[in-house]
This record gives sequence, C-alpha cells and structure tokens, in this order.
Amino acid sequence: MSERVIELDILRYDPEQDEAPHFQTYTVPYRDDWVVLDAINYVKDELDCTLSYRWSCHMAVCGSCGMIVNGEPVLACHAFLRDYPQKIRIEPLQNFPVERDLVVVMDDFMDKLSSVKPYLVAREEKDVDDGEYLQTPAELAQFKQYTACINCLLCYSACPQYALTESFVGPAALALAHRYNLDSRDVGRSVREDVVASNSGIWECSFVGACSEVCPKTVDPAAAIQQTKIASTGDYFLKFLMPWKRQ
Amino acid sequence: MFQTSLKYPSIERFDEYFSTDLIVIDGRCHGVTAIEMRTGQVHLFRSKCVIIATGGAGRVFPFTTNGAIKTGDGMAMAYRAGVPLKDMEFVQYHPTGLPGTGILITEGSRGEGGILVNKDGYRYLQDYDLGPPDPWPRKKAMELGPRDRLSQAFWHEQKKGRTISTDYGDVVHLDLRQLGEAKINERLPMVRELSSSYIGVDPVYEPIPVRPVVHYTMGGIDTDVDAATSVEGLYAAGECACVSINGANRLGSNSLTELLVFGARAGRGAAKFAMCGVAETNDQQIQAAAQAAEDRILQLFRRTGGTESVSGLRRDMNDAMEAGAGIYRSEDTLQACTETLQQIRERYKDVLLTDKSNVFNTDLIGALELGSMIDVAAAMACSALQRKESRGSHQRLDHPERDDAAYLKHSLAHYSATGLPNIDYCGVMITRSQPAERVYGGAQE
Repeated sequence: MSERVIELDILRYDPEQDEAPHFQTYTVPYRDDWVVLDAINYVKDELDCTLSYRWSCHMAVCGSCGMIVNGEPVLACHAFLRDYPQKIRIEPLQNFPVERDLVVVMDDFMDKLSSVKPYLVAREEKDVDDGEYLQTPAELAQFKQYTACINCLLCYSACPQYALTESFVGPAALALAHRYNLDSRDVGRSVREDVVASNSGIWECSFVGACSEVCPKTVDPAAAIQQTKIASTGDYFLKFLMPWKRQ
Repeated sequence: MFQTSLKYPSIERFDEYFSTDLIVIDGRCHGVTAIEMRTGQVHLFRSKCVIIATGGAGRVFPFTTNGAIKTGDGMAMAYRAGVPLKDMEFVQYHPTGLPGTGILITEGSRGEGGILVNKDGYRYLQDYDLGPPDPWPRKKAMELGPRDRLSQAFWHEQKKGRTISTDYGDVVHLDLRQLGEAKINERLPMVRELSSSYIGVDPVYEPIPVRPVVHYTMGGIDTDVDAATSVEGLYAAGECACVSINGANRLGSNSLTELLVFGARAGRGAAKFAMCGVAETNDQQIQAAAQAAEDRILQLFRRTGGTESVSGLRRDMNDAMEAGAGIYRSEDTLQACTETLQQIRERYKDVLLTDKSNVFNTDLIGALELGSMIDVAAAMACSALQRKESRGSHQRLDHPERDDAAYLKHSLAHYSATGLPNIDYCGVMITRSQPAERVYGGAQE
C-alpha cells in the first residue's frame, strides 16, 4: 500500500450558494494504479459528500466523467494519477455552462447531435420481418472508426472554434454525420448537408485538430470533418457540371 | 440505439430525472414520481402504463463489473409497490474481472484460447469436473465451461492456497500469450487496452491477473412472457426483470436476446394496454400518493443531524453481501448477512445528508440509491437463505446437491415493512428443455 498523497484543487460551484466558482483543496492518499476518478470518489466518500460530478462505468465506455485535469480535457476514469504531478487541478469541461461543481449543462450538444440526424436514413424503410440491412465487412470498415464516439464532449471542450462560435455544430456531431454518410446502407447525406455544410457546419472548422488529440476513443473527428469538406466541395462543383443529378 | 431514438420526435426524453416511486392504486399503475436533478424538483408523471428498464443491481456487492448507477432502483420501486422479486438468490459471478476495478475481461478471451492457471502455472479447472485438458479446445470443457463453475473453482483454489495474493485480493492468471500479438490485436484489442492501462499488464507478454466478479442479477421483477407484472399497467424488461429465461445461471449473450425480445414485448404490451380503454382514475388518490412520495424525499433531504454516512453504510452493506451471500453460502453466513442488513436498515434511519442544494444533489441521490440497495440486498439474502439446495449460481456449502423434488421452483420475495421479505414459490414452466444433470469436460462422452 502506497503512503503517497496527492492534492486535488477542485472547482466548486453551487448556483444556490456561490456567486462565483472557487477552488477547494483536498488531500487524498492514493495508490499508483489509481485514476483521477478514484481520487475524486475518495473525496466524495471520505472527505466531502457535497461534491457533485458524473460517473458510472469507470472503464472509458459510458463517457460521463469528462472533465479538465491540469488544463486538459480527459475522462477522469482513464487519466492515471501516475502521469500527474503531486498537485492537480480539476475543473468542469470548458465551453459549457457549469450546472454544479464538475457537472456541465449538455443541452447545446444534445440539440446539435439531433440536428445532424445521427441514425440510418435508409432508401426505403423495411419492416423488421423483411430482415436486416446487409453490409460487407469492407463496407463496415469504411466508417467503423467513427462509430466509437461515446459522446463524452472532450472534443467540444478542446475545440477553439466552438469556444468562439457557439453555433458551430462541432466535432462529435459532425463526425457522426460523416459516419452515417459513409454507411453503405444510408442515403441521408443530402438531408444532413443542410446542417453539415451550413455556415455553422464543417466550414467553421479551422483544422486545429485539438478534437482528435483529446478523443479517448481515437475517433479522429478532425479527419472526418476534412473528408466531409472534400465531399461537400465535390457536390458543389457537380451541381454546375451535372445540374440534373441530385445527390 | 440512443442515436436511433432521436429519429422519433414523439419520444420525449427526461434526461437525469431520477425515478423514486411508482404510483400504484388498487393494483394499477398510474405513473411515477421523479426528481429532476437539475432543479431538485419532484415531478409526477401520470401515465396509463410504465415500463421499468433500469438494469441490474450489481452495486449491492463490493466487487462488480456494473456501473455506478446499477443500484437496483427499478427493482426496489416495483418491490415496494407490491410486485414480488423473483429468483433473487441467483447472482452471477463472472470468473474474469480485473482486481481492484472489477473491469470485465470478456469471455471471448477464453473463447479465443486463453487458459486459466493457478500460482503453480497449473490449469486447475481439471480438478473440478471440467477436464481433462486435452483434446483442446472442446465445448463445455476446461476454460470453455460455464461461468458459475469457473467462479466456484476459483473459490476452491483459494481455499487450497493455490491462488496468488495481491493488494486487491487473491487472483489467478488468465494467460493469453500463446495467442500471439497479432491475434490478440485482431480479436481482443479491448482486453489488451484495458489490461495494459488499468493494471499495467500487457497480455502479449504477461498473464492477466483475474478474479471472480459480480456481473449479473438473474433474478428481478416478476413478469410473465409479455413482460407484464402483477400490477396492471406495469411492465419490466431486461436485467431488472425476471421473465425466467436465465434460470439459475445466465449464459453469455443471452441478456441481449432478453433485451431485444422482451423489450419489444413490453413495448407492445404497454401500448396495447394504454390504447384499449383504461378505466377512470381517482385523481385525488393519485395526487395524494405522489405527495406522499415527495414528502418522503423531502424528509430525507431536509433532515439535520444524523451520524451515519451514505458511503459508510454502503460499504458495510457491500461487505455483508460478499461475506454472506457470495460465491458460496451457508445457513450461518446468510443468517449473519440478513441480521447485518437489518442493522444497516435501522442505521439508515439515522443517515446524514450534508448537501442541501437543490441542484444536482448526488448526496441525496446516493442516499436514495442506498435505500434501494438495502431492499434488494435483503431480497437476495433471504431468498438464498430459504433455498436449501445448490443450483447454478446459488451454491450452499450446507446443501451441496440440487434438489429438484423440493426446489425446482421460482422463489418470490414479497416486500414487508419489517425489511425482511416473505418468501414463497411458484412453479417452473418447463417446455422443450427438460432438467438434466449438468455434465462438463470428459464426462460428456
């Protein structure tokens, strides 16, 4: 058992009590294999049960424990204390309103996610009895990487463009739009285009690539957005070359 | 599936509303009350029917693969509203969880050819009616045996002192090295990632330390094959329900079948029920029931003083369940467990709620979840105490044999205000698959 301790400076904010957020410091004994979430759970269970944060799976699958640790957006359950100095600062995700302590309001993302129609738009709706929409492994491989998104919002927190322009549809939603556009069973690209290729869509992205750097599932939203830009540009010129062709 | 749900604008979601009580009057369900976590407000959702889909209750135990929210709240809601919890003594231990976190190392790792060895590097499963090791691989033998038998074999190895001790308790080794790096990367990339990051063991070069971990609640809210409960208008599907397809030991992937089949049946049943003329309701009674539910929450929220912490009580409950109702049980351990649970129930009346904010108050939610878990734990322990035989995941040291004459039946735990449920039984519907002796390894031939 390790005798080491770590100091956590955690941002606290209760809208009913506090005029402004402030930091509170906790000293936590920890083990080398702990993640940041273990240390926060220790605070909750042993030191201060008023601390609020989201978490559930503790294995980087549910995507609920995104927060800023020493300035970087991370999943607290996949950020290892061994990789940090003896004192760490923990804040809620940036670019979202703080609801309470480390909990942010996600409404804006939920709206944007819906807006890109992140589901299969099939050529014709089939009844369950008519069987599956079939696909080859090669067709699946086209977009599989983009299905790994767990909606953790780290990419929105890291994105400088989203910080500046709130209307920007943003990395995860655009990557998911791309995921369905690439799906051989899907014909929804033209309907998604209204949002994806709008002023708030792909063209807002200045390709800083911060989204892909912080993505815990290596989805690479930046690549998805650049690929969408190319496809969308193609559409634009095709309109002049072949005006009779509807995408 | 979540994304596909966005396709249907008629589905209105209430994210982060925590359901607390079912409104049941004269045997019929009229809706639920729920706390809106963002504001702390308690809402009454009136409805013609309700489907519970809250998942399992693994968090009743200290070491589980289940997420933090798997606290059995849906089960407890139905139970308190008068629906029995069926077969709660059957709790599945998965044989391969990572020590410390309980992260699941998939059964696929054994399916692909991983082996389990003790501290001497010996494939110990051959000592527990699962061998001989060769020919390998073969169905229903050695590492391809069922989860309950593999977890029980670990327990015996531990008693014999042949496991490996670590800071996080005893372990055995799951050895994947013979698969080679290419196959591990192709077939088990998640196993490699989880093991490497969470315990610093790369399975390409080292065996993974594993131990049995609570994984699945076979029991749950008693439903029929249409996912309907004994309360009119109340349905349940998934791990929170017990439609009895998993018996005493769920087989891998059957939970998905259960979700797909009985989720659809619950939806259709509920829709049909809601559409075919539901009788008049007494509005005053519904409002009064909702008010009572709200008062109970407010009483908890506003209470001052108190000497018992939520986390302390939860830990004591967890420890009592592991010690008394774990892989192997007996009259003594289960008796002690139920007594401890009753003490915890008493102590819970003196629980300390420090957080007085209305906004995202996880202190309050944690206390409510603990209340659910205490109810569910008592149903598990008492059902296990009454079943004086061994069957599947329920193993009694004092009654090691299966006893079909006396216990080929489902237990039903009925809530009582004392906290200790009344247990009775109902028959098992047996159609094509007849009960038979469970035979594994070489004995199959």
